[in-house]
Amino acid sequence: MSSVADASLSVPGRQRLPLLRALLADPFTGVALVLVAGFLITAIFAPWLAPYSPVKIDVLHKLQPPSVEHWFGTDHLGRDLLSRVIYGARTALTIAMVSVAIAGAIGLMLGLIAGYGPRWLDAILVLSFDSLNSLPMIMFALAIITVLGAGTGTLIIVIAATSFPSYARLIRAQTLALKNSDYILAERLLDASPARIIFIHLLPNVVGPLIILLSMDIPVVIMVEAGLSFLGLGVRPPTPSWGSILYDGYTSIRSAPFMVIFGGLPLVLATLGFTFLGEGLRDYLDPRLQLRRPG
Amino acid sequence: MLAYAVKRIGLGLLILVLVMVAMYAAVFLVPGDPATVALGPRATPELKRLLIERMGLDLPVWWQIVEFFRNALTGNLGYDVWSNRPVSTLVMEALPNTLILGLTALAVALLIGVPLGCLSVMRRGTLADAVIGVLSVGVIAVPSFVVAIYSLLLFAVTLRWLPAIGAGETGDIVSQAKALVMPAAAIALGWIGYIARMVRASMMEVMGEPHIRTARSFGLPEWKIVSKYALRIAIIPTISLVAVGLGSILSSAVFVEAVFARPGIGKLITDAVNTRNYPVVMGTVLIMTAIYVSITIAADLLIARLDPRVRDVFRG
Repeated sequence: MSSVADASLSVPGRQRLPLLRALLADPFTGVALVLVAGFLITAIFAPWLAPYSPVKIDVLHKLQPPSVEHWFGTDHLGRDLLSRVIYGARTALTIAMVSVAIAGAIGLMLGLIAGYGPRWLDAILVLSFDSLNSLPMIMFALAIITVLGAGTGTLIIVIAATSFPSYARLIRAQTLALKNSDYILAERLLDASPARIIFIHLLPNVVGPLIILLSMDIPVVIMVEAGLSFLGLGVRPPTPSWGSILYDGYTSIRSAPFMVIFGGLPLVLATLGFTFLGEGLRDYLDPRLQLRRPG
Repeated sequence: MLAYAVKRIGLGLLILVLVMVAMYAAVFLVPGDPATVALGPRATPELKRLLIERMGLDLPVWWQIVEFFRNALTGNLGYDVWSNRPVSTLVMEALPNTLILGLTALAVALLIGVPLGCLSVMRRGTLADAVIGVLSVGVIAVPSFVVAIYSLLLFAVTLRWLPAIGAGETGDIVSQAKALVMPAAAIALGWIGYIARMVRASMMEVMGEPHIRTARSFGLPEWKIVSKYALRIAIIPTISLVAVGLGSILSSAVFVEAVFARPGIGKLITDAVNTRNYPVVMGTVLIMTAIYVSITIAADLLIARLDPRVRDVFRG
């Protein structure tokens, strides 16, 4: 009896594996998962993993090639490059997670309001999302940086401000689709407040695709942080960032090429790891979502 | 069609105005005056006042905005604070280098990406398809400026095959082309993967349609079906993609130009941001936004021309 009921309730199509097993089943996603886990551990335990202080200057030993004492060599100020790369993971992941979380929260709120609120408010919000979205992202970012000055805070604002419109757009579309569904109409007939409908009934049903989109945007944000830090417009020195290591290495690329190699490698591995993991998550949860653009 | 075009262009103009108003408002609202930041704490009050006047920051903010647009309409974007040269001249000098770079990168990406996507569809389910798929995602993930730095290290510093910096000698096409190879390749790489994936995805949908089945039943070779009958329909989504793409290609150009010290828009605006050169930043942002918005509108109109359904969903 129960098996018949189960069969009628289950979704047709292929059987779903548990998330972790499904992700590990694909070799690339599996490797990506390991890479991402590795970067997360590195970022969290940076003070224990780094052999030296990432900001301790030792000019006598500047631009040393990799050796037993300094596995990745030292930079132009004699700072241990491995330690800077390890702390760089912390900088990159912190900025990525914080700014994506903020952008996601703003996008979620505004998207729900636009989707469920009155039409005039929706029109205004959609116009502002589209205005922000139709800007060349980097130009907008540089404009904000000119006004606020470079730094970690600015970086987070820039990333949040440039990415929330697409999240809001997604949430709005989801909300519009659900707005006239039977269960929401039933709630309205029961005289539920708009806040109750939005937070208790709409929100849990619209966050799913948003979370996938956020996870797919993490590598983009890591790249933007590194890129702006490379231009000297991201985190301020001496904060270690993969982008600023790349810049330091770039200025002495002829005498110490190992610096750009070791500065770029973690960035490449992190963006690859997060991208393949995001792809795996997307394939598992919602294959209809599109691939992100290259950077 | 005309109503749609008018709507779309009107919206574009509105966006431009909103952006510039927002930027002026931001400059106005942020605490601390830009002159002190630009000149440093030890600048004399006279010098500061001179700079404020030069940037027009002593006028009321709404007046600054009106002035900016009135001047912009006559082609005057203000003057570089430090060198006193017109911003429009600076932008016009830098723009060709960036446009050449962006268009070359896009052309390369299309020339390689579209055939790769077609190949993927023709060999779907095989090892070749899988390899193209994984490589595509891989190259999309890698930041273009890291590709730029690594290729600089390999081809310019170590092998000495290509020039490391600049845009080549003026008037010397060979040297200009040589200077274009690495920056264009660095930007194109990710787009090859992206376009290949998109062409594959939209073509897979088309391949299930009746006219393809008919073509197949006539015994046409697979390559002919793919290139002649499927690609024609499957290319439509790619057009809009490419148009939106040109904007983000111009964004990648900012980083890549920094790596190769190529005197384009990217370098112009980065230097201006670093020295807090407001008129140059404002002028460059206006021009780049205008270009970006016009490309997007042009693409939307082209798509609406090709696919009438788009016009009707514009309201949504």
